[in-house]
Amino acid sequence: MFALIGSVQRNLRFSSLRQLQTSSKHLSDALFVHRDSEIDNTNSHFEFTEENKKRIDSILKIYPDGHKRGAMIPLLDLAQRQHGWLPIAAMHEVASILNVPNMRVYEVATFYTMFNRRPMGKYHIQVCTCTPCWLRDSDSILKTVCDVTNCTVGSNSADNLFSISEVECLGACANAPMMQVNDDYYEDLTPEITTSIIKALMKGERPPPGPQNCNRYAAEPITGLTSLTSEVPDRSFRVRPDL
Amino acid sequence: MLRLPLFRAISRSNGRLTSAVCFHNSAANQQQPQQQPELIELFIDDKPVQVPPGTTVLKAAAMVGVEIPRFCYHERLAIAGNCRMCLVEIEKQVKPVAACAMPVMKGWRVKTNSALTRKAREGVMEFLLVNHPLDCPICDQGGECDLQDQSMAFGNDRSRFTDINFSGKRAVEDKDLGPLIKTVMTRCIHCTRCIRFASEVAGVDDLGTTGRGNEMQVGTYVEKLFMSEVSGNIIDLCPVGALTSKPYAFVARPWENHRTDSIDVHDAVGSNIVVSHRTGEVLRILPRVNEDVNEEWLADKARFSYDGLKRQRLITPMLKIDGKLQNVEWEDALVAAARALQDLPPNKCAAIAGCMADAEVLVAVKDLVNTLDSELLTTEQEFPKSGAGVDLRSNYLLNNKIANVEHADVILLIGTNPRFEAPLVNTRIRKGYLHREQNVAVIGPKLDLTYDHENLGQSPDIISQIKSGSHPFCEVLKNAKKPMIILGADVLTRKDGDKILAETQSLCKNIEKTVKTDADWKVFNILHTNASQVTALDVGYAASLEEVKKAKPSVLFLLGADENIKKEDFGESCIIYVGSHGDNGAQIADIVLPGAAYTEKTATYVNMEGRAQLTNAAITPPGMARPDWKIIRALSEIAGHRLPYDDLHELRDRIAEIAPHLVNYGEVEPSNFLKQVYELAKTTQGSFLPDPIDIKQKSLDQFFMTNAISRASPTMAKCVQAVQKQKQV
Repeated sequence: MFALIGSVQRNLRFSSLRQLQTSSKHLSDALFVHRDSEIDNTNSHFEFTEENKKRIDSILKIYPDGHKRGAMIPLLDLAQRQHGWLPIAAMHEVASILNVPNMRVYEVATFYTMFNRRPMGKYHIQVCTCTPCWLRDSDSILKTVCDVTNCTVGSNSADNLFSISEVECLGACANAPMMQVNDDYYEDLTPEITTSIIKALMKGERPPPGPQNCNRYAAEPITGLTSLTSEVPDRSFRVRPDL
Repeated sequence: MLRLPLFRAISRSNGRLTSAVCFHNSAANQQQPQQQPELIELFIDDKPVQVPPGTTVLKAAAMVGVEIPRFCYHERLAIAGNCRMCLVEIEKQVKPVAACAMPVMKGWRVKTNSALTRKAREGVMEFLLVNHPLDCPICDQGGECDLQDQSMAFGNDRSRFTDINFSGKRAVEDKDLGPLIKTVMTRCIHCTRCIRFASEVAGVDDLGTTGRGNEMQVGTYVEKLFMSEVSGNIIDLCPVGALTSKPYAFVARPWENHRTDSIDVHDAVGSNIVVSHRTGEVLRILPRVNEDVNEEWLADKARFSYDGLKRQRLITPMLKIDGKLQNVEWEDALVAAARALQDLPPNKCAAIAGCMADAEVLVAVKDLVNTLDSELLTTEQEFPKSGAGVDLRSNYLLNNKIANVEHADVILLIGTNPRFEAPLVNTRIRKGYLHREQNVAVIGPKLDLTYDHENLGQSPDIISQIKSGSHPFCEVLKNAKKPMIILGADVLTRKDGDKILAETQSLCKNIEKTVKTDADWKVFNILHTNASQVTALDVGYAASLEEVKKAKPSVLFLLGADENIKKEDFGESCIIYVGSHGDNGAQIADIVLPGAAYTEKTATYVNMEGRAQLTNAAITPPGMARPDWKIIRALSEIAGHRLPYDDLHELRDRIAEIAPHLVNYGEVEPSNFLKQVYELAKTTQGSFLPDPIDIKQKSLDQFFMTNAISRASPTMAKCVQAVQKQKQV
């Protein structure tokens, strides 16, 4: 009790002396060094499927000679889609395809948060908690997701069906709150709808992505159009007659 | 990877990007026959300065003596521009600009000390210090830390950093880069100098940045050694204490050390070094800038094998009594040696020079042996005696000089692995490969040279094929403007060494005929591995090892010679070993006279290009050991053949009599008479042996222990162990 008072006093005294603001440190939950494990080690082998090898050839064609390393991100993405996540063996494979040192691939793979360097569940649920979504109560969405999947942020569910990440803005602010499941955006969420989506995913279905709670097609105003409401003019509108 | 078409295109154009992106080398700029572009005038702190277009603000400021603080910028590495310490204000520009990366424009008024500039620096400094631990008292960089110095000079005088939540500063786990480099990654300020050094100079792309933002860290991502022969240089490059020397950890502070300028003798490059020492102990060895030799780099063997100077040392004279070497006084040892020298018939006294013998002892021994009416003087690594032999210097020098290696456009390496035999010549080749379109080919086994090269095969016949024009590589040579043939000294110790030498010389003659090179461009070059070799050949160690063996000498001097010498070959000889370390040579000796190592004597060494340089005595020799030439001088007096010099100056006068260039320190005497060398090469008879050309040092673990000092060094032993362990993984 007294200690608490003392610390409050100390803080008061200091804060009157120095105009200071501190914020809690936000550190990434990812590890930026590699640790050998049974499923992810430097001795393991990764090979692209025949289908993906064809894709790689066509991707590499886009880049001129001497700039083939520009294909690094597409190739890493391909590897991640094939394997579900990005093991170090896949990085080595990409490095050997592009003929660059392994380190250059590690740099790219660790820089981008969308490369998952740990095993992921079948469904990777990314809940946006950035300001617009947060104002529209994304906290409840995140809580629902965690509760229904029985899994915490940054980990996989016991049945390896779900992985949850808390992410920054995914660019669907007009339809806040939202979450992304693998490549699909589910927007205009409520906790109930979120629960039903996850239940459907558990059954192996794919609920239709897009805005959920309302009758809008995309990001148009929820109350109907406010502009461009007049009839679409025909093609000759305001065109010089001699054309 | 760095050698990209775009990069090539940029480096070919003479535009402003050239100097912004590429390396700056004053020597290089002089060599290129480009017309002088118009100079741009600008003002640094109101001081006018005229610079060529493409010069960066930082360089322009340096020209008028204004030092702009920097962390990431290094003149021998590519520009990164990521530390932001060099921000300066430029009049009529909205924001401060990074001086290290910004090319100048006409009429700019740069303010390096304005309020805006100072504030920008303080801001950068503050952010760096927020993420930097306050552990200067236990940091090995203390006293030579850029961050310390610059925070004193440019930082704010008070801190706004208060960790009221006691959450701790950013912390990063340490990396294991091997037995040479200690890492404390929390101290890293992300200047990326080490990464750029690794990828540009060392050619080992193992370092990089992982993660992003606050989580970014410099490291190898996977746990692995930094397997490079020049890895120690990242310690010097690191502006903070993130990378420090493991053997030197917690040993001394820089201000309490004495520094002695010296020369490295572990290879024949003759790297300039500074020996840091205190209380009669060598504490560490650092490189010293010499643009013509080692730039500012140093190989790991030269830098870290100094602990071998304290081990396996010969500290008292020894005599073989009852088949065992026993400690004796100097008097007894010298009298015993002098007795052996009495009444020798001609050609019964011989000397073999080891790889670290200096000019002084070589001359003293030569004089002594000559007075005893003998010419049996040789080096432990043989050099062919046919053709020009040792009579013409061009026959055994790196004629084109080390600095010109990077300007060559085609290099043919025959039986040499410069990466381990002369790491700093190899960095030159890599520089030429990266920035000057150099083509490199090798005759010899498959090697990892840190740059792409063509392996032409292992047979010595390929030299003849190229000479006759039947080999596809001739096309490359034909189109060359500055070709260089570099022949390894080791390959010449083969039985057919003289044939290889002669054939290479006639190949060079052919090339010089077909390719119009500059008059002072030398195609024929030899890369030596032993620091003493050129000196010994210069002063006339002209016999061969075979001759010495055949002559069955009664007395054999070993001047630190440890390789290729067996007791069986000299069964009847009284072997007198003069040297610093108890290695193979001392084991078979009858009389051991303890000499001084290179850090303990003022001695002359000539490097592979023929540059005479001086080591300085940093410490005194241990125990009863003495500088080698004094031992020979004392012995000569007792033996009754007093050598006519009493001190170093008189000895140097004598050296100047034999070879004046040996006392012309720091200079390279131009090597002439190549034409005559080529003519004399025609007299060489014989043919190639069928054995393929091989190289002794093929992998990194073979690099660390090559002479008596490095074999005695525990650090080098650890390196060998670590590399072998890494290989198994």
